[in-house]
Amino acid sequence: MTLHPNLKDDDEDTLWVEHVALIDSIPRWVAMLGLAIVVIAIWDLATTRMGWVSPIILPSPSETLSDLIIVGNNLLSGGHMLTALWTTTRTVLWAFLIAMGIGFSLGILVGETKFGERAVMPYLVAIDTMPKVAFAPLFIAWLGFDIQSKVALAAFIATFPIVVSTAAGLYAASENERMLFKSIGASRLQTLIRLKLPTGLPYIFTGLKIASVGVMAGAITGEFLGGGKGFGALIRESASMLDTPRVFSFILYLSLLGLALFFFVAFVEKRLVFWNKSDRPGGVA
Amino acid sequence: MTMEGAMTLTEGPAAHARPVYQIDRLSKTYARNSLTALTDVKLTLHKGEFVSVVGSSGCGKSTLLKIMAGLLPPTKGRVVLEGRPVTGPRDDIGMMFQQATLLPWKTTLQNVLLPIEMRQGRSAAKAAIPRALDLLQLVGLGDFANVFPGELSGGMAQRASICRMLISNPAVLLLDEPFSALDELTRDFMNMELQRICAEQQATAFLVTHSLAEAVILSDRILVMKPRPGRIVEEIVIDLPRPRTLEMVNTPHFGDIVAHIRDLLGKEAFQ
Ligand SMILES: Nc1ncnc2c1ncn2[C@@H]1O[C@H](COP(=O)(O)OP(=O)(O)OP(=O)(O)O)[C@@H](O)[C@H]1O
Ligand SMILES: [Mg+2]
Repeated sequence: MTLHPNLKDDDEDTLWVEHVALIDSIPRWVAMLGLAIVVIAIWDLATTRMGWVSPIILPSPSETLSDLIIVGNNLLSGGHMLTALWTTTRTVLWAFLIAMGIGFSLGILVGETKFGERAVMPYLVAIDTMPKVAFAPLFIAWLGFDIQSKVALAAFIATFPIVVSTAAGLYAASENERMLFKSIGASRLQTLIRLKLPTGLPYIFTGLKIASVGVMAGAITGEFLGGGKGFGALIRESASMLDTPRVFSFILYLSLLGLALFFFVAFVEKRLVFWNKSDRPGGVA
Repeated sequence: MTMEGAMTLTEGPAAHARPVYQIDRLSKTYARNSLTALTDVKLTLHKGEFVSVVGSSGCGKSTLLKIMAGLLPPTKGRVVLEGRPVTGPRDDIGMMFQQATLLPWKTTLQNVLLPIEMRQGRSAAKAAIPRALDLLQLVGLGDFANVFPGELSGGMAQRASICRMLISNPAVLLLDEPFSALDELTRDFMNMELQRICAEQQATAFLVTHSLAEAVILSDRILVMKPRPGRIVEEIVIDLPRPRTLEMVNTPHFGDIVAHIRDLLGKEAFQ
């Protein structure tokens, strides 16, 4: 016997349903596609149809598309552009690895020891406030025009967010959790590895995502300023010949590299920080 | 108001047992805000005794417990457990905090095994799995051993943390409002379980609680604390026979004791 014989489990009896605004109910892919179509339509209108913007400043969508195909073919057939892209990829990956190594070490030094917090952190903050790109000529002077100077600049830029986020992550464990570990006789190293690092992972990954963006910027800046054989040098070359469609398609392909790195980090985070329910939809940021 | 022997400073039933904890002239001043949380606390716990502390919020109960557990150094005074001064965390002390504090990346079972894992390593923790499962069963979490704490309610998490405290068979239990997150029925049940476990293991227990009924039903003695600065002002020996049952709550004598403590607390609690 039910307590409320009048209330059946029918839909008609559900008096209060959650109201979702129309703009929030559009599915993700429809929304993304729709927005892209609108932007490209305005772009097309401004260039091909109305001629508001000169093709040297902004190529039309169709021009860009055909150039994208040319560059894509070169990349797929293993042409010189693929070699350049591979050079940039290597730069980015090396720089990211180095930045992680130095970033974690310094982050643990700063976050775990009073010495690091008192003596090392002020210098790090001081260096961090400098415009790091300005160091590019120095790196080129020290390491030459080859890949090393670009790796150094990119790693230099990417290290700081990792240091800061690692240190912040190590502070994230609550007083209660520290007390608990103390009370069960955990050593300092055990507390660091078993409590502070896992608790700090969400922070650390935020830093890694910022670093993954910074490492791209650093590598391309290095290639602009220091020449070499990377994608950045190709972009500068095309730009100097006013080949704007080519610059556009290079940037688009380059962004794929950046996206791949970013989403790889986001993917690893999702795997590792499985308990953190507060992650934002779509794994972005 | 008088109550036949219930609140006099005569020695309780366990008083003739061996002293386990000896605390003398204990004071604590937090350096950060130069706040005196405890002053001149003196107390002795005997083997197998159950002692509760009641007092208004912020009167220094948690501070006292943390010092007894070796988690916080006192400013003055001494704490001696089993003849050895407490100068840091010890494995014969089981501590339960006001918050459950389970690690979200470990399952309930792994959380319960954490003390063993830290002190004796992974293989010892593995060997303790059956015992951990027994404990979880005991507190009604048998089906939640392999669930992550994110899926446990507050009371369930608190029960899991009881298991974590009990897994290493501590001789002394220091309990900081362990059941405050539980509903009343579960709380009664857990209190009776606690009594059984303490009797079984001859454990000495020191309980901080805000529930006077809980303090009376469980304790041999109740210490009443007053704030600013935190100190023990009264000791009440509870002469209810053991084992205690939930029915005793309804007896007039029980009501008298609770009323008396409430009276003591009420006079200063909100000054
Ligand atoms: N880490 C700390 N630093 C400075 N002051 C503290 C610290 N911890 C507690 N205190 C102060 O010491 C006093 C006693 O705190 P304590 O936590 O021991 O109270 P309590 O009796 O456990 O209260 P409650 O019943 O609310 O848990 C409070 O006035 C509090 O502000
Ligand atoms: Mg407290």
